[in-house]
Amino acid sequence: MRALLRNPKFLFGAFVLLALVFVAAFAPWLAPHDPMAQSLLNQLLPPRWAKGGDPSFLLGTDTLGRDLLSRMIHGTRPALLVMIAGATLSGLAGVVLGMLAGFFGGWLDTLVSRTVDTFMSFPPMLLAIVLAAAMGPGLGTVVISVVLIGWTRFCRVVRGEVLALREQEFVTSARTIGVSRSRILFHELLPNLLPLVIVLLGLEMGRAIVVEAIMSFIGFSSSGLATWGSIIADARSYINQAWWAMTYPIVAIIVMVLGLNALGDGLRQATDPVLQR
Amino acid sequence: MSPAFLLRRLLLAVPTLFGVAVVVFVLLRIVPGDPIAMMVPGEATPEDIARLRESYGLDKSIPMQFVIYLDHLVRGDFGVSISLKQDVLTLVLGRLPATLELALVAITLSVTCGFTLALASTYWRGTWIESGVDAINSIALAIPEFLWAMLLILAFAVLMPLFPISGRIDPMRATAFATQFYLVESLVRGQFGLARELLGHLALPALALALPLIAVIARVLKSSLQEVMVQDYILLARIKGFSNLRILTREALPNALLPTITLTGVHFIFLVGGTVLVELIFAYPGIGNMLFGAASNRDLPLIQGVTLVFALLFILLNIAIELSYALVNPRLRH
Repeated sequence: MRALLRNPKFLFGAFVLLALVFVAAFAPWLAPHDPMAQSLLNQLLPPRWAKGGDPSFLLGTDTLGRDLLSRMIHGTRPALLVMIAGATLSGLAGVVLGMLAGFFGGWLDTLVSRTVDTFMSFPPMLLAIVLAAAMGPGLGTVVISVVLIGWTRFCRVVRGEVLALREQEFVTSARTIGVSRSRILFHELLPNLLPLVIVLLGLEMGRAIVVEAIMSFIGFSSSGLATWGSIIADARSYINQAWWAMTYPIVAIIVMVLGLNALGDGLRQATDPVLQR
Repeated sequence: MSPAFLLRRLLLAVPTLFGVAVVVFVLLRIVPGDPIAMMVPGEATPEDIARLRESYGLDKSIPMQFVIYLDHLVRGDFGVSISLKQDVLTLVLGRLPATLELALVAITLSVTCGFTLALASTYWRGTWIESGVDAINSIALAIPEFLWAMLLILAFAVLMPLFPISGRIDPMRATAFATQFYLVESLVRGQFGLARELLGHLALPALALALPLIAVIARVLKSSLQEVMVQDYILLARIKGFSNLRILTREALPNALLPTITLTGVHFIFLVGGTVLVELIFAYPGIGNMLFGAASNRDLPLIQGVTLVFALLFILLNIAIELSYALVNPRLRH
C-alpha cells in the first residue's frame, strides 16, 4: 500500500479516475447550464478569455448556442458508464473463457482459441459498425461493442497464464488431495490471476473511453446525450469557425487514456515484487 | 513455398468467409427494424411495401433468405443495394481502389519513416536524436489513431492550413480518370499536378493511419539494429575501414530485418482495418465510408457486401504476409 502511494504513475492515474468519477457524479450541480439548452443569441461564442467571450460561458458555445463546458461535464457520464460496464463485462467474459480454455484444454480450448483468432483477425471497427447497424444506436450498443472488441485481450492473456499456473506444484498438489475442479479454478487459480487482471482492466478502461468517443462520434451512441465524441463530431463540422471546440474533448480523452494506462502501470509496479527491486 | 500449401491456405479461406457471411447475415436479421420502412415515402400503401419487400426477398423466412443469398453469392451476385439501388459488387469494387490507395500510401509512409527513424537513432546513438526518436515513439503509441486523426486536423488544416481535410479530389477533376485507381493512373500518365492534389488529400488520413505503425517499426528495428551492431562481423567491417553509414545500411540492416518484418505484418492488417474509421473522419470515399452509409440506412445487401469484401481482403493479406515470412526467413520454408 505504501509502495502504491509513493508511485507517481499510480497517483496520477488515481487522480484522473477520481476526478472523472467526481465530475460524473455531481454533473448536474457542476454544470453552469443545461447541456442541451440551445440559445440562438449565443452561437459560437469563443472561450471566456478570448476576445468576445462571455463570462457565463467559460469554454464558449457551439453552433446551437449550447454551453461547451456543461456539455463536457455531462459527457463524463456516458464515458464513465461505458468505461465501467464495458471493461468489467469484457474482463468477465475474457477471464471466464480464458480460465476454462486454459484449465480444461481439449476441444474447449480449441474452440475458444479459434474464436479469439477470428475476432482478432477482423478489424474491430467493422464489427462495431455491423453491430450498430443491427442493434441501432444507443448506449447498449456502445457497451456491447466495447465487450466484443475487448474480451479477446483478457481471454488470450488469462489462458496463457492459466496454462503456466496449471502445472505448478500448488495446483498439482491440490488435485492430488482431491480438491474439486471448480474449487481449484476459483480458490487456487483466480487469486493468482487477479493482479494481472487488474492491470488489464486499467488498460481496457482507457480503450473503452476511446471506443465510446468513436462510437458517439459516428453517431452510434444515444443521440439524446451530450458525449465527448458527439462534441468532436459537431466541432468537426464548424472547425473553421471555432477550432477550440474540438480541443476540449480531445484533450479530455487523451488525459483519460494516459491516466488510466498510468494507473495500470503503477498498480503493476507497486504490486509486482519482481519490478519493485 | 509449395503450390500445395498455397492451395490449402486458399481453401481454408472458404469456411472463414462462410462463417463471416453467416454471422453478418444472422446478426443483421435477428433484430427488429425494417429496411423497407426506411426507404418508402410516407404515402406508400401497405401493398407498395409488400411488393418492395417481395422484390428484395425480405418476405421469406430467414433460413430461406440465407439459402437464396448463398446461391446468388456463389454465382457472383452480391445483390442490389437498397439505398443506392445499384449492384452491390459494382458499388464495392468501384470504391475499393480508393481504400487500397489510402492503405498503400499509409504503409509506404510508415515503412519509410519507421526505417528512417530507426536508422537515424542507431547512427546517432546516444545523442539527442536518439532520445528524440524514443520520445516520438512513445507519444505515437500512447495516443489512439482516432485522436491522432483529430489532432492532425487541428494542426494541419486549421492552425496551419497545409492540407485539405476531406475528400479524395475535386469532383470536377475526377471525371478525367479512366480507372478508379486515381493516384496510380495519374502517376502512370505523368499528370503530376493531379497526383500532387491526390497526395495532398491523402496526406492527413495516411499519416493518421501510419503513426502507430511508424512507432512500431522504429522501435522494433532499432532494438534489433542495436543487437546486431555489437556483433563481431560489424567490428570486422569497422576494422576494414568501411564508413559508418555503409556498415549500418549494408552490413547491419539486412541482418536486423527479420523481426521487423514478422512483427509489422500483423500491424499491416490493423492498418487496413483502421481505414474504416479514418475514411469516415476525413470523408474519404472508400469502402469504409460506404459501410457507414450502408449501416445508417440499414442497407442489408450493401453491409453484407462490404464486410465480405473486407473479410476476403484480410484473408488474402494474411496469406501474403505468411508468404513473405517464408521468403525472408529460410528456416520457415518447409
